[in-house]
Amino acid sequence: MSETLLSIENLSVRFNTYAGQVHAVNGMSFAVRKGEFFGLVGESGCGKSVTGLAIVRMVPAGGEIVSGRIVFHDQDLIAQSSAEMQRVRGRHIAMVFQDPAASLNPVFTVGNQIVRIIRRHTEASAEKARQQALAMFEAVALPDPERIFRSYPHELSGGMQQRIMIAMALSCGAELLIADEPTTALDVTIQAQILSLLADIRQRQGVSILLITHNLGVVAETCDRVAVAYAGQIVEEGTTEDVLFRPGHPYTQGLLSALPDSTGRREALRSIPGSVPDGLNPVAGCPFHPRCPRVMDVCRIQAPGSIAIAAGRRVACHLYQEGGRA
Amino acid sequence: MSVDVKPLLEVSGLSVHFSTRRGLFAPVRRVRAVDNVSFVIRRQETLGVVGESGCGKTTLGRAILHLIHPTAGQVLLEGEDILQLHGNALRERRRHMQIVFQNPYSSFDPRFNVLNSVGEPLRTHAHLRQPDLVRRVTEVLESCGMPGEILYRYPHEFSGGQMQRIAVARALVLNPKFLVLDEPTSALDVSVQAQILNLLEQLQAQLELTFLFISHDLSVVRHISDRIAVMYLGRVVELARTEELFTSALHPYTQALLASAPIIDLARRRERVILPGNVPNPADPPTGCAFHPRCPACREGCSQQAPELIDTGGGHLVACHQCQA
Repeated sequence: MSETLLSIENLSVRFNTYAGQVHAVNGMSFAVRKGEFFGLVGESGCGKSVTGLAIVRMVPAGGEIVSGRIVFHDQDLIAQSSAEMQRVRGRHIAMVFQDPAASLNPVFTVGNQIVRIIRRHTEASAEKARQQALAMFEAVALPDPERIFRSYPHELSGGMQQRIMIAMALSCGAELLIADEPTTALDVTIQAQILSLLADIRQRQGVSILLITHNLGVVAETCDRVAVAYAGQIVEEGTTEDVLFRPGHPYTQGLLSALPDSTGRREALRSIPGSVPDGLNPVAGCPFHPRCPRVMDVCRIQAPGSIAIAAGRRVACHLYQEGGRA
Repeated sequence: MSVDVKPLLEVSGLSVHFSTRRGLFAPVRRVRAVDNVSFVIRRQETLGVVGESGCGKTTLGRAILHLIHPTAGQVLLEGEDILQLHGNALRERRRHMQIVFQNPYSSFDPRFNVLNSVGEPLRTHAHLRQPDLVRRVTEVLESCGMPGEILYRYPHEFSGGQMQRIAVARALVLNPKFLVLDEPTSALDVSVQAQILNLLEQLQAQLELTFLFISHDLSVVRHISDRIAVMYLGRVVELARTEELFTSALHPYTQALLASAPIIDLARRRERVILPGNVPNPADPPTGCAFHPRCPACREGCSQQAPELIDTGGGHLVACHQCQA
């Protein structure tokens, strides 16, 4: 088993709103190993994007990290000063977002933007940075890098813009790439191109990738391991194969059976009754208990701890105890 | 399923062209958003339409309802060409054909409560008195799984899934025969998507509805459709029964689309076909077969002449020079 690169320990992020305090992330814990393609999957409002932002200490205004540790290379990122964090961002941890058009500045050429990033984080001269940028464009399989370098974002397609975002993210040799729904805004044929590019970059450059997504199919196609988030917590973590084919938590089981079957059998889908709790009014006990088909008395009172049911496999559910099923 | 011999909807040669120009003095260019599309939908059938963004699937749905005026073609609803109808005659036919949009928050007026929004079609079409209107709205909301107490609440008070149930209720309030569903579950989470898909199927059986289901999500279309039309750059490139399309797709674009869709099957990870390039600009489509620059099976001839949509047997239609040879 390879060493841990990033570990999130009991992270909680809270937002103060007019309606009250929203517990967006509520005791989230998981770990990403070196060189790993790790998936953080969940439905909207489960806290997955806020967790991604918290890792690089970019929680939006109104929100604050209230407890927990984010350990990257034996360093707690929460304890870092903002100047130190600026060095970490880009140089060590980089991020790619869902909508590349919103992430790029429309008034500068993409070449200008990537050169600025490289020069901000390294000692490179303007010409050296330009060469490096062109090499990055080539690495992400952009055709005709010279022309792209001089292009403005609006002149490029969504798929090409996302390739540029990936090139920018990796231009300073980051070890961890956080990709928040990187293919959600793209068409399926382009999505397939970007996913295979990410897998390819992981192979060639050995970066670890934390993929944040709502799409279990995308996880199945790319990730080594996966954590499933619900109401700001991780309910299950394990290898992609274990989690998707032998799901332990009733929520994961429900999510998988709600998907239209890929074999196309036409029967009623099993939906999960009710909807996701809203964070304003956290549920007592296990956050999933009001929707859980296997709810027990203890679930309503006490939140389950994260239980290791096998090596590298954790489930937060009262149905289990250390080492296996209760 | 009881299949009436006469189809409910016949679309033939439907085209929607838009004129655009890049600058004030630049030449006008024609965008063929929908180009010569023909198909029939039988009673109580669901025809799925899939394709990537810009392929014209939404424009097709709107043109069929005459929400956009098509450039050419015919849309026969029970034998009557609705494109020839105007004014009151068109409004009368509209009762029978309704639409559900992708984003329920933008297709509802935030200042209207549920009763006003869902009841509005009844006011314009049925001229019901208030007590009857309230009764009908309550009834249709309940059939869509929403309690009757919500009549005086507003869109922002509901979740996306609840809003989409209300949108379906609004579409059904006039007892239509035909529904265009334009990406009705794309904005929803999977657990809620399943609720809406189940609801649609249940209502279809109960109320004998006919659906045109537009989506970019192959697994959703596969689940709900009897037949599927695949669109690329304004044209239907393949049309077949659902299982046939998924087991023996003929068009190279359909094959690539099926291979690109992420599915939960670890064994498949290594053997995927990745289609190069981007969807071309519809204002400047490639010559001949619009798919030829990205096509793995492209040969000479493909760039010169556009292939016709031809039946290869048993109602499996394909528009490809290589498949037809």
